[in-house]
Amino acid sequence: MRLILLRIFALARKELLALLRDPASRAVLIGPPLIQLLVFGYAATFDLKHVPFVVYNQDQGQLSREFIARFTGSPSFELLRMVHSQRDLQRAIDDESALMAMDIGSDFSADLQRGSTAHVQLIFDGRDSNTAGLAIGYAQSIVMKFNDVEASLRKKKAGSTILLDRAWFNSNLESRWFIVPGICGILALLVSMLTTGLSVAREREMGTFDQLLVTPMRPSEILLGKMLPGFLVGSAEGSLIIFIAIYWFQVPFTGSFFALYLGLLFFLLSTVGVGLMISSLAVTQQQGLLGVFLFMVPAIVLSGFATPIANMPQAVQYITLIDPLRYFLVILRRCFLEGAGVSLLWGQYWPLIVIGIVTLIVAGRLFRRRLG
Amino acid sequence: MDAIVVSNLSKTFGKGELRRVALRDISLTLAAGTMTALIGPDGAGKTTLLRLLAGILTADAGQVCVLGHTLPQQALALQSRIGYMPQRFGLYEDLTVEENLELFASLHNMPAATRESRYAELLTMTALGPFRKRQAGQLSGGMKQKLGLACTLIHPPELLLLDEASVGVDPISRRELWSIIHRQVVSEKVTVLLSTAYMDEAERCDHVLLLHEGEILAQGSPAELASRFAGHAFRLRAAAASLRHLQAQLAQLPAVVDAAIQGDGLRIVMQKAEAPVLEGELAALGTPEVIPSRLEDAFVGLLFSRGPRSRAPLSPHAQAADADEVMVEVKDLYRYFGSFAAVKDVSFSVRRGEIFGLLGANGAGKSTTFRMLCGLLPASSGSLCIAKVDLRKATAAGRAKIGYVSQKFSLYGALSVQQNLSFFASAYGLASERRKLRIAWALEELELKRYATMNAGSLPLGYKQRLALACALMHEPSILFLDEPTSGVDPLARREFWARVNSLAESGTTCLVTTHFMEEAEYCDRLVLMSLGEVLAQGTPAEIKERVRRPDLPTPSMEDAFIALIEEHEQSSRRAS
Repeated sequence: MRLILLRIFALARKELLALLRDPASRAVLIGPPLIQLLVFGYAATFDLKHVPFVVYNQDQGQLSREFIARFTGSPSFELLRMVHSQRDLQRAIDDESALMAMDIGSDFSADLQRGSTAHVQLIFDGRDSNTAGLAIGYAQSIVMKFNDVEASLRKKKAGSTILLDRAWFNSNLESRWFIVPGICGILALLVSMLTTGLSVAREREMGTFDQLLVTPMRPSEILLGKMLPGFLVGSAEGSLIIFIAIYWFQVPFTGSFFALYLGLLFFLLSTVGVGLMISSLAVTQQQGLLGVFLFMVPAIVLSGFATPIANMPQAVQYITLIDPLRYFLVILRRCFLEGAGVSLLWGQYWPLIVIGIVTLIVAGRLFRRRLG
Repeated sequence: MDAIVVSNLSKTFGKGELRRVALRDISLTLAAGTMTALIGPDGAGKTTLLRLLAGILTADAGQVCVLGHTLPQQALALQSRIGYMPQRFGLYEDLTVEENLELFASLHNMPAATRESRYAELLTMTALGPFRKRQAGQLSGGMKQKLGLACTLIHPPELLLLDEASVGVDPISRRELWSIIHRQVVSEKVTVLLSTAYMDEAERCDHVLLLHEGEILAQGSPAELASRFAGHAFRLRAAAASLRHLQAQLAQLPAVVDAAIQGDGLRIVMQKAEAPVLEGELAALGTPEVIPSRLEDAFVGLLFSRGPRSRAPLSPHAQAADADEVMVEVKDLYRYFGSFAAVKDVSFSVRRGEIFGLLGANGAGKSTTFRMLCGLLPASSGSLCIAKVDLRKATAAGRAKIGYVSQKFSLYGALSVQQNLSFFASAYGLASERRKLRIAWALEELELKRYATMNAGSLPLGYKQRLALACALMHEPSILFLDEPTSGVDPLARREFWARVNSLAESGTTCLVTTHFMEEAEYCDRLVLMSLGEVLAQGTPAEIKERVRRPDLPTPSMEDAFIALIEEHEQSSRRAS
């Protein structure tokens, strides 16, 4: 038993040394993840700010100017210029200089003062549907506020209901709080898969795999020895990003570290399993790399990292059930924002354990068959 | 007319501590239409010189003029007139033989009209015609080299630069390669410069350059170089049984440059033209007779004068010395890949302390047999016993008793020498004290101390081979498998290697070895000769040579025997099918 452990640790140590002593693979483990963290942390945001818009105001009254001021005063919108014809309005959208065009009719103020409904036309650039949708949402809430204030000033609708909204766990709805913990999952996935997914193929290419197989090490020992570096590198990378998320991006961490690291452990079990499965199938490093990306890209898209799983078609939602990242993202977000502990997260832990065990068994089988 | 004129050429690689001088102030002139061999130990600068002459590397200092083009300025113009074949020729393994030729023809802008006739010519010359549609990756090692040469010759070059074209190639393919190259010189008047580790190849050239640590140590015609050592070479007859033991004793004598087993005696090269003074056991054998010197004597002798290398044999392992114990037993072994039988009905047995050779052409089934013996490949049928362990039942237990040195000296390139040793020690389950002892043993005995912290990937080839041997010996195996352990290694390093293997065998380690060097086959106690998956001949080197002795060939060499037996077998099996 002691000998077996000795052999496994020697192999794990060898793998780590091979990774860290080679400048190229060292760079791959450290550089790209940090770049991704910065790119996602700073550039990727769902919040829309400074939407450029133009206004064609045919109304001479006070109220239309107040209406426009509500938009220019909001951080979400920025007035580009006033235009003076329907044609200019159209051109501003056509040449993409403005994302929104506002057309206020000539009797806007008069209608409102009479107490009847006034009409404003808002035109959005629908070529980027996602941004347009968000801008529409912002515009609607501004219009609603304008209506409320107008109504209360005129005391037309005394005692009307006022909507008080409050978002729990992220009261300012900062999308960075949502994205940065997610990156921890993606990057832990990336490095643990790269570490394990290429390791067998690399040895096959170098011819050292035969050398390894003629030692008394059993296939299961080789498999274990190759798993350990994936865990170590994955959890080191994960910890680094958790640290940066808390101290650099100032994402509040309200839950238990124990629950988070238990989740990370189970998550790495499943990704290392998938990595080794790919590794036992791949004959060359190129195939291994292709396999890793063939798995990673759908795993990220289907994880709910950027788009909610609930919005996906039902059939696709079933597929997400075998995506380990899906569960780990929930663990991350709940630990960070909701303050969840171990007891609340069992529903996420057990699927990860199942995926890990199944993939490792398959990897072991494939591994043994490849030897034959 | 001079094809190559080089003066005061220097080239260094790396900076600071890693700075390494590859070529130091080299000047040489090669006449057009001649054939020149470049020989020298590993790391002497042979490849660097060839690459500089091909215009794919730029010199630090000095003038290079090839075929009238000044390098590096006119490299492009030159490259359309020469053929350069690097050590690992870049064949496209997924393309067929024909597609590879097609590709290289296009790269050289060959007019479509002349292509077909040139392909036909090259395919006939290389005997690759029947394999036109086969993927290059599916060819044997010898055929790949021939295809590489064909691609190099696709547009008839005026100068041919070949970097170890025959490494890892069996004697038959080597002879074919050589005849193709020779034909280029004789009928096409091509100038050839080739580097080689085979002294018999160098002997067939007009001119030989001996390179050592980036300098030209000697040059001249092979006969001229050999004559410098006339009177240094001796032959000592001895009974076959104790040759290895005698050889080790002789090699220890201070005035002896080289002692090698050859046929039923020993071939000795002395530092001076004086007969060796023999004492004790050796004196009883009689007086050594003077024999003609060879180019190889000059190679070994000249390098010996530049600082003798160590030939200290390994200190013996503690092994039970029951000499008749059978260590490897192979019976009726078969291995199929699909319906193709790679190994057919192979049987042999090896006793403790024997050096047993597996010889055969590329693709004869040697490697497949080897892999089965090491437990890397299951046998289709038959029985395999290693040190009394049935490999079909207990592979892990069998593996603990063997050491394996593969063709490519498989080491972890990013790990240091020390880390490689330490990993393999642990992989073989050595713990604490024993592990420390064995690592210290390896660093000491194989003289790796100086390189202990260097990455295994940047070691010179000879040291890689030593490290691979050290890793395979970590656990003091009772059986050692050596798969082409000397391929591409220079004659000196090869001698050192065999001295080590001999002392291992003396102390009771059983050694199985494959090799393409026929003189190394002479070092084996017994050997099998394989062809097309079958055993053709089995026995001592003398017995095998005896089989091809004819009135017109009274003293056949091992190579003669190899080629005669294999060609005979291939012809008869072709007739049968």
